[in-house]
Amino acid sequence: MARIGVFICHCGENISATVDCGKVAETIGKLKHVAYSTEYKYMCSDPGQTLIKEAIKEHKLTGVVVAACSPRMHEPTFRKACAEGGLNPFLCEMANLREHCSWVHEKNDLTTEKAIDIVRIQVEKVKLNSALQPIRVPVTKTAMVIGGGIAGIQSALDIANTGHKVIMIERSPSIGGHMSQLSETFPTLDCSQCILTPRMVEVAQHPNITLYTYAEVESVEGFIGNFKVKIRKKAKSLDEKTCTGCGLCTTKCPQKKIPNEFEQGMGMRPAIYIPFPQAVPNRPVIDREHCTYYIKGKCKICEIVCPTKAIRFDQPDEILELEIGAIVVATGFDIKHADFFPEYGYGKYKDIIDGLQFERLASASGPTTGAILRPSDGQVPKNIVFIACAGSRDPAKGIAYCSKICCMYTAKHAMLYKHKVHEGKAYVFYMDIRSGGKNYDEFVRRAIEEDHVNYIRGRVSTVFERDGKLIVKGVDTLLGAQPVEIVADMVVLATAGVANSGAEDLAQKLHVSYDAHKFFAEAHPKLKPIETNTAGIFLAGACQNPKDIPDSVSQASGAAVKVAGLFSQNELTREPLVAVVNRTAPPMYSTCVGCFMCQSVCPYQAIEREDFKNREGKIVKTVAKINEGLCQGCGTCVALCRSKSIDLYGYSNNQVYAEVVALLNEY
Amino acid sequence: MKFGIYPGCSLTGSARDYNESVFALAEAFDLEFAQIPDWNCCGATAAHNLNKELSLALPARILALAEQNGLDEIIVPCAACYSRLVVTQNELKKNPELKNRIREVLEMDYHGTSKILNVIEWIDKYIIPKLDEKIVKPFNYKVACYYGCLLVRPDKVLNYDRAEDPQTMDIVMSKIGADPIYYPYKTECCGAGFSVSRTDIVSKLSGKIIEDAEHRGADAIIVACPMCHSNLDMRRSDINKYWKTEYKIPVVFVTQAIGLAIGLSSEKVGLKRHFVEVKIS
Ligand SMILES: Cc1cc2nc3c(=O)[nH]c(=O)nc-3n(C[C@H](O)[C@H](O)[C@H](O)COP(=O)(O)OP(=O)(O)OC[C@H]3O[C@@H](n4cnc5c(N)ncnc54)[C@H](O)[C@@H]3O)c2cc1C
Ligand code: SF4
Ligand code: SF4
Ligand code: SF4
Ligand code: SF4
Repeated sequence: MARIGVFICHCGENISATVDCGKVAETIGKLKHVAYSTEYKYMCSDPGQTLIKEAIKEHKLTGVVVAACSPRMHEPTFRKACAEGGLNPFLCEMANLREHCSWVHEKNDLTTEKAIDIVRIQVEKVKLNSALQPIRVPVTKTAMVIGGGIAGIQSALDIANTGHKVIMIERSPSIGGHMSQLSETFPTLDCSQCILTPRMVEVAQHPNITLYTYAEVESVEGFIGNFKVKIRKKAKSLDEKTCTGCGLCTTKCPQKKIPNEFEQGMGMRPAIYIPFPQAVPNRPVIDREHCTYYIKGKCKICEIVCPTKAIRFDQPDEILELEIGAIVVATGFDIKHADFFPEYGYGKYKDIIDGLQFERLASASGPTTGAILRPSDGQVPKNIVFIACAGSRDPAKGIAYCSKICCMYTAKHAMLYKHKVHEGKAYVFYMDIRSGGKNYDEFVRRAIEEDHVNYIRGRVSTVFERDGKLIVKGVDTLLGAQPVEIVADMVVLATAGVANSGAEDLAQKLHVSYDAHKFFAEAHPKLKPIETNTAGIFLAGACQNPKDIPDSVSQASGAAVKVAGLFSQNELTREPLVAVVNRTAPPMYSTCVGCFMCQSVCPYQAIEREDFKNREGKIVKTVAKINEGLCQGCGTCVALCRSKSIDLYGYSNNQVYAEVVALLNEY
Repeated sequence: MKFGIYPGCSLTGSARDYNESVFALAEAFDLEFAQIPDWNCCGATAAHNLNKELSLALPARILALAEQNGLDEIIVPCAACYSRLVVTQNELKKNPELKNRIREVLEMDYHGTSKILNVIEWIDKYIIPKLDEKIVKPFNYKVACYYGCLLVRPDKVLNYDRAEDPQTMDIVMSKIGADPIYYPYKTECCGAGFSVSRTDIVSKLSGKIIEDAEHRGADAIIVACPMCHSNLDMRRSDINKYWKTEYKIPVVFVTQAIGLAIGLSSEKVGLKRHFVEVKIS
């Protein structure tokens, strides 16, 4: 006969503030088959767990219900405690009194009654639980890092240095990400390229890292430790092994007027190009969209001039199939551009630029070799205005969040300008200065106090052009909302950081969640900021939200540790909460009629065919069979099977039925 | 084609010039207007600062009257009236409870089915398609199209083409041969209702609008709102006094410009009523 133990948690006051826990414990204690019922302030604490372990032994419990928070939070904790108390962990269930009851209701009798119902349901369910054994699966000890910005680079190097294989996928022709475009970096003003490029080279040369650039993820199947990934290596239209990277082709290509992505459109590039001189790998690709040969069928000049005959016009895209154990997503972010702002001219003024364009102007490797010159006429701007929070913190623009990095880079930009144009005047319009971080506020103070950058607290309503100048109309809210008008030569918008293009698509391929702004979502905002809600997939860098370099790098190392931890095991255990197609004696074999409707709905391709043969070896029946390794226990097939042949361990039809009946019955 | 027309207070008073040009255009293009019978004040800027229900009930009554009289499309030449009517229709559509309340207040049925057109929309829909054949005197002038605030805002309700740099009036003007200049003061505030109580504020704000148009070499400022017109035209002497200037640029309603282009006389389109002399004809 069942002997169920019930443990009601107060969760500090999270539950007990609105639910009468004593009454719940007392009422449940009187139910049939409940051998023990008690309450405690923190069930998850050490004394709480001990309470459960001892009760299992003392009362010879055959099942446990812990009525506390969400199972997403503590089910593993309590199952482990039960196992330590000598009970099969799958004989432990959780009743969610916190998210489902105390947090969402007022304190009153009805709330307590609802709590009792929630617990009763689980008591009825756990009576029908069976002892299950975890499923063991092997681990493929190769990681995939998607995105080769600083976050991806850091993660890949850290994982590779623990001795495991890493495959890095970068969709552009070179790794480096946004950091490779930056001039100098806050808060130290060290040169971005100088600290980044050695790491890029290290990635390329590391024996444990295989780098695929110009490549994207095509599809992802499987689960933690056992992902099957398809990669599309886009045709670079050249044989990378034969090409020496001499760059001759890039100088002879007649297509020279393609806006250069690396220079944020402030320079031009040919159709066959190396994105920047320090690119890794330092090999060109042909941009087929703009190449004359692919458009008109004529040209091939690059092929003629190439001294090693490396050009391959007929090269197809290549699809690679990879076995991967863990994935780090490091696909970074993007920023809004000037054309996003009607009030600043819809992008029609050449001298209103965004932050990344300013980085390129200030960069020694940029289109002006580091001189701050305005794009329209190449003059040195004598008055420059920086507008912080352009787009951010503005629900009307659909971007309610703070982009976090722009206060700092705006201070940096103003400083760099003053260092290069001593007699120039720099103004910053800001809402608040957000400079939390080591040596960050000191950095901003330096801009204000030593470099005499003029900070004006207020928004800019409009910028327009008059007599070749930009008229900036704003307000100074520290001077009693006085209107301010500045006649500027150049305006730099610290535009909002947004999710990278294609992030949504990638998230769907990976089956991980993303937020309303299409940034990748962490599993828990505080305690699992690196994990996603899909086991084995981790986040690093600005793909989660706008982040600066130190934050990106820290998270990237964190993700690497998670991967290394996973790879330290030879086998993983998985919860055995999977579907099963019943088996009966021959000649029936199973009630399954072999319609395979289930196969077509299973989102994880977990359903296979099994043939039954007679003594002569002839197939007499084919029925469905579930691959335990792939099944995620979603239950879709169970609901669909027309002969009721499928059941789900841990959530059987009988168990669910018992839960419903419990609710209907008086107690 | 028969439209309802809601003149509001200005078209029968300070903006008779505008009214005359609207009617002259309608006549020239065989379009007929029926005035909404027994119309009332739209509430203007006063009502919605004092009492929300009142500010909705006033325009709702106008719309209810239009419905009663089977006027499916009503043209509202005044941008301020237009804004009140559209905002009301939109608000009552979003909020059925409020709609019922307003019906109670009015003791009238109200459905919100009439289509409300401002002058530019009306021109775009009914004049433009037949315009080319009628043009006899292309309006060969550099013009600064001034939209003001109420024609384009609130952005979410009015769905104007580009809230910060609207284009529709510029397009209409180029269709009659004009050369619309780049004009960033398009939607800056002219001082609006301060026209009466604080002429100094109007002088200051409207002065900037005029200055920029003159500075960029415009021959005329084109408007589609009686309020803008009276601030830029009627208050010109105050403006010139305030800024110690002698701005002479005329302020012409879009309907007047079209009228001239199709050969109507200055008198016919009301140009003689302006305070700032219009040397264009
Ligand atoms: C104007 C500006 C100035 C800045 N200045 C500073 C500074 O001074 N100091 C500082 O600490 N931080 C600064 N930052 C922030 C810094 O740029 C970021 O912290 C950093 O770039 C984040 O690195 P990441 O690797 O996460 O993303 P990214 O740099 O965006 O890299 C992402 C990489 O992933 C690739 N990728 C994207 N999608 C895919 C896909 N689907 N498949 C494969 N690959 C993909 C991209 O091509 C890219 O190479 C600045 C940012 C801006 C905008
Ligand atoms: S074939 Fe294409 S890439 Fe090669 S030189 Fe001609 S245009 Fe450039
Ligand atoms: S970091 Fe600063 S500039 Fe950027 S959105 Fe936040 S407050 Fe605005
Ligand atoms: S749906 Fe049911 S009957 Fe059909 S193949 Fe699947 S298990 Fe068998
Ligand atoms: S429960 Fe059924 S449908 Fe869901 S993953 Fe498992 S086999 Fe596929």
